[in-house]
Amino acid sequence: MPKKVIVPKKTPMLEQPPDERIRNFDEVPYGYTAEEAMAEARRCLECARPGCMSGCPVNINIPGFLKLIAEGDFRGAINLIKETNALPAITGRVCPQEEQCEGVCALCKRFEPVAIGRLERFAADWEAEQGPPEIPTLPPPTGKKVAVVGSGPAGLTVAADLVKKGHYVTIFEALHEPGGVLIYGIPEFRLPKAIVRREVEYVCSLGVKLVKDFVVGNAATVDELLQEYDAVFLGTGAGLPWFLNIPGENLNGVYSANEYLTRSNLMKAYRFPEYDTPIARGQRVATIGGGNVAMDAARTALRLGAKESIIVYRRSRDEMPARKEEIHHAEEEGVIFELLTTPVALHGDSNGWVKEVECIRNELGEPDASGRRRPVPIKDSNFRIPVDVVVLAIGQSPNPLIPKTTPDLQVAKYGVVIVDEKTMKTSKRGVFAGGDVATGGATVILAMGHGKKAAASIDEYLRTGEW
Amino acid sequence: MNVSWDGERHAHDPFEPGPVTVVERKPLAPNIQLLTVHAPIVAAKIRPGNFVIVRADEYAERTPLTVADWDRNQGTISMVFMTVGTSTYKLSKLKKGDVLPTFAGPLGKAMEIDSWGTVLLIGGCYGIGIIYPLARALKEKGNRVISLVEGRSEFLLYWRDRLEAVSDQTIYATKDLSLGDHRDAADVVESLMKAGEPVQRVFVIGCTFLMYHMSQVTRPYGIKTIVSLNPIMIDGTGMCGACRVSVGGQTRFACVDGPDFDGHQVDWDLLLARRKAYLGPEAESVER
Repeated sequence: MPKKVIVPKKTPMLEQPPDERIRNFDEVPYGYTAEEAMAEARRCLECARPGCMSGCPVNINIPGFLKLIAEGDFRGAINLIKETNALPAITGRVCPQEEQCEGVCALCKRFEPVAIGRLERFAADWEAEQGPPEIPTLPPPTGKKVAVVGSGPAGLTVAADLVKKGHYVTIFEALHEPGGVLIYGIPEFRLPKAIVRREVEYVCSLGVKLVKDFVVGNAATVDELLQEYDAVFLGTGAGLPWFLNIPGENLNGVYSANEYLTRSNLMKAYRFPEYDTPIARGQRVATIGGGNVAMDAARTALRLGAKESIIVYRRSRDEMPARKEEIHHAEEEGVIFELLTTPVALHGDSNGWVKEVECIRNELGEPDASGRRRPVPIKDSNFRIPVDVVVLAIGQSPNPLIPKTTPDLQVAKYGVVIVDEKTMKTSKRGVFAGGDVATGGATVILAMGHGKKAAASIDEYLRTGEW
Repeated sequence: MNVSWDGERHAHDPFEPGPVTVVERKPLAPNIQLLTVHAPIVAAKIRPGNFVIVRADEYAERTPLTVADWDRNQGTISMVFMTVGTSTYKLSKLKKGDVLPTFAGPLGKAMEIDSWGTVLLIGGCYGIGIIYPLARALKEKGNRVISLVEGRSEFLLYWRDRLEAVSDQTIYATKDLSLGDHRDAADVVESLMKAGEPVQRVFVIGCTFLMYHMSQVTRPYGIKTIVSLNPIMIDGTGMCGACRVSVGGQTRFACVDGPDFDGHQVDWDLLLARRKAYLGPEAESVER
């Protein structure tokens, strides 16, 4: 067998140019053509002991699907991916591959890794172009019923895995559109909503039932669900936005990132007045925070017409929790970074609208509990940034509605539901949890990884009855 | 092979809400509408003070409406609302049999109902409908219920027979004196106080100004006054923080911490300012 020729760099993926894309909400990267995908897949070294799979929270057979793409068997590739991942078009777009599969690719040592994420996306998009997806053969019904609370990445994964085991699954969603953070949080230009709908439809086509506008905790408590269902999975996410507790935070024009993004994404305020929900189209928008949500908000602000979109982050670039690609895209689009800067107050005009963010400069001190260097304020370095919209993207924690109405469900700090990390069992018999509700806020793929673990242990619980 | 799941067993899911259909929609007074829908799961759980989130079509805002009545046997819920913008205008055009694309509830904390002795309920505008189930619940709990309804003129005061049926005393105040002996609710409250009426608790539901004004009137008498706040909301489940209000110096979310708060603790200036945040876009939307 001839020795493999190493191609040092990833096959580039075409993107909308920055000056064009900041005027629309269309997706930024265009995706690979079949030829590009095959060329990129051929870069795989076919390692004897591949590291990429172990780097994947949902254990996709990565070498297997890369080989199939390289051979042009795209149907085979997508079916192989879907054996373990029900949402490939989503994960191919929003996974932090550089920290997972691609981060441990053997090529990484000297070259760029195989573009595994782009190829996953390619396979999923190719399938969508071929018409309705192939539905796998399902086992006979077990008669067991499972209620999944929340239709985000964790809930969809649990539902897909359990229905494939023959259980009845009903998903309860509080909002009017399924998808959780994939719908209300991640913007259209990063994850088109048509793709989320397609993936949700796929999960439903497996036989999962979806009930929307159903607020578990209020319309039915977890205990009431347990009277009808043999197990309950809580995948309710981290929906409670944090505020800074600084003066002026309740001024008009000050949004939590959840509100700003929900208005734009779920309620389609970017298409106001075609859609009825408005959003403040600021000329100068400051987004507080340095994570992926902050990048999403800052880039949304540009597309809503902001002349200047400013990220205010208290540490330096190296400590930013956002994916490198998101920071890169934001920079390309002209987002301004005010680093080592902490807001201390928001000032308003006489109508109660925000007009300035008062900030203080920091220097970096010793590392804190997160391992990142702690910001230390520099005395008397206060200055003001003129703004008309401020978005707070400083984190969120789980919504307390379910813990409040489920007395024997144990929660930790910030209302994070306590689970056994191997089984995703909560303190309450028959109740499992996973995703952001059990972590406090992480990634789509980690939520899906939790979903897979939970589905396996729910299946075991349903079969054995053992807790 | 296609999916082989037992559709029949699945179909008998007691938590499947089914389509939420309009049973009745009619004007109660100019600009004030009654909307009754069939939503049995929500109706089974609803309590006074709860609200629901409603959309009339797929383009509409998620509009919070406090419930005005329900029938658990029929599985129906009634809301009374004022037509103020595009989304409520759309609701005001619904017809019997229409299906609402969004109807979620019950949301918010239920009103605390206890036996206090004498209670005074003040309603104006859409709040007249909302104090009705509250009066009923307070009456059932053994309170002496005084209902006070305010409006510009008699023709704006709907549901009088209903309120009278669940109140020990019903008082009307109209700006033009077309009904009752008082021009505004503040006069009535003052005269009740002067007459030594032993009011233990006051509830005010209606426009922000009415709730603010009544809270100022009762403050010197030290009578706990509960108001049902109506800030802008989106999800209604505590997810966005649009509805944040300041109560006793603390930021609270009206959707999950409320909507009912102590009127003497509310930062009214902030509430009034935040309610005006989208007046410009709303005008644009309505014109369209």
